[in-house]
Amino acid sequence: MAQSSKPIVWGPFAAGGTLTAFLTPALMVLTLLAALGYTPDLLAYERLHAFAGSWLAKLALAGTVFLTLWSAAHRLRITCYDLGVRADTLVATLLYSAALAGTAAAALYLSRI
Amino acid sequence: MSERRVELEVLRYHPETDAAPRFQRYSVDCREEWVVLDALNHVKETLDPTLSYRWSCHMAVCGSCGMMINGEPRLACKSFLRDYQGVIRVEPLAHFPIERDLVTVIDDFMAKLKRVKPYLIPAQARALEQGEYRQTPAELKRYKQFTLCMNCMLCYAACPEYGLIPKFIGPAAISLAHRYNQDSRDGGRAARQEEIAAAEGVWECSFTGACSEVCPEHVDPAAALQQVKIKSTVDWYLAHLMPWLKK
Ligand code: SF4
Ligand code: FES
Repeated sequence: MAQSSKPIVWGPFAAGGTLTAFLTPALMVLTLLAALGYTPDLLAYERLHAFAGSWLAKLALAGTVFLTLWSAAHRLRITCYDLGVRADTLVATLLYSAALAGTAAAALYLSRI
Repeated sequence: MSERRVELEVLRYHPETDAAPRFQRYSVDCREEWVVLDALNHVKETLDPTLSYRWSCHMAVCGSCGMMINGEPRLACKSFLRDYQGVIRVEPLAHFPIERDLVTVIDDFMAKLKRVKPYLIPAQARALEQGEYRQTPAELKRYKQFTLCMNCMLCYAACPEYGLIPKFIGPAAISLAHRYNQDSRDGGRAARQEEIAAAEGVWECSFTGACSEVCPEHVDPAAALQQVKIKSTVDWYLAHLMPWLKK
């Protein structure tokens, strides 16, 4: 039997899932802090803007956006299948395209900083 | 020792004569410390000798008494009556065709098991005079948990993907393939990958984790499958991005 090419889509999905598991709690804490008015100096707009100015940071940010969006798209694709939507090719194309479009938009905005 | 009247609702079906499965109620006096299998045996001995089901060891070793108890895949010999209130509904394992009453047709699983070569394929031939294979405790630990599987098929009854896609090789067979792949004495991984790295192999798993929840031996098949996915992904990237590494 032929080796499946599923690893192409699964690799970034697994990486994104792992990353999200670490990032989501951190983001929640930071958002709560900001909502309560305690924005740490480190997270001030100017600081973050300057941080996103370096090429290495841009690459890391774009990579993070790509992996998290891809992971969500893949999870949704499987959920659709499990819920009985069997047009897998269509669903996969739509969702992965959305993830790629989001990544492209992030890359575009990052490149303008 | 206290007794209790237990109401069982058991699925009955004889494919040769019945148009459709039906439920039959049995009311039996049971000891408080009995398991569901004892209650079924009591029914068979005192009320209805035609009731069919599989069992052998009565001690959670043989793996033959798997059935749905109140909708959950369980070993009948490990399910205590005291943990259930009201009518206890007993059905054959989900996702398998019915042979008769609670007995299922397991040919599909047996064929899949055979396909994944769940036996040691020695990495190097070894003559008798060379003595035994040696393994460190760390090497043993890499696969020991996956040896505990007793082929009870509860994980197949719990797996929604197996229900949706009957071709899926499924949790226990893939975990057993992984058990041998992880063994330092074994060299059969490439042969097993033929089956388990295919689309109907590990890639139908969507990691719902139901298999690990119902496994009575704590094999944790879901963990085995995720490890297989990671290894197959590394294989794939190596083969496609660095083809010169190929032997
Ligand atoms: S992995 Fe667990 S649930 Fe599945 S067949 Fe083996 S012992 Fe039974
Ligand atoms: S009778 Fe052997 S496992 Fe239940």
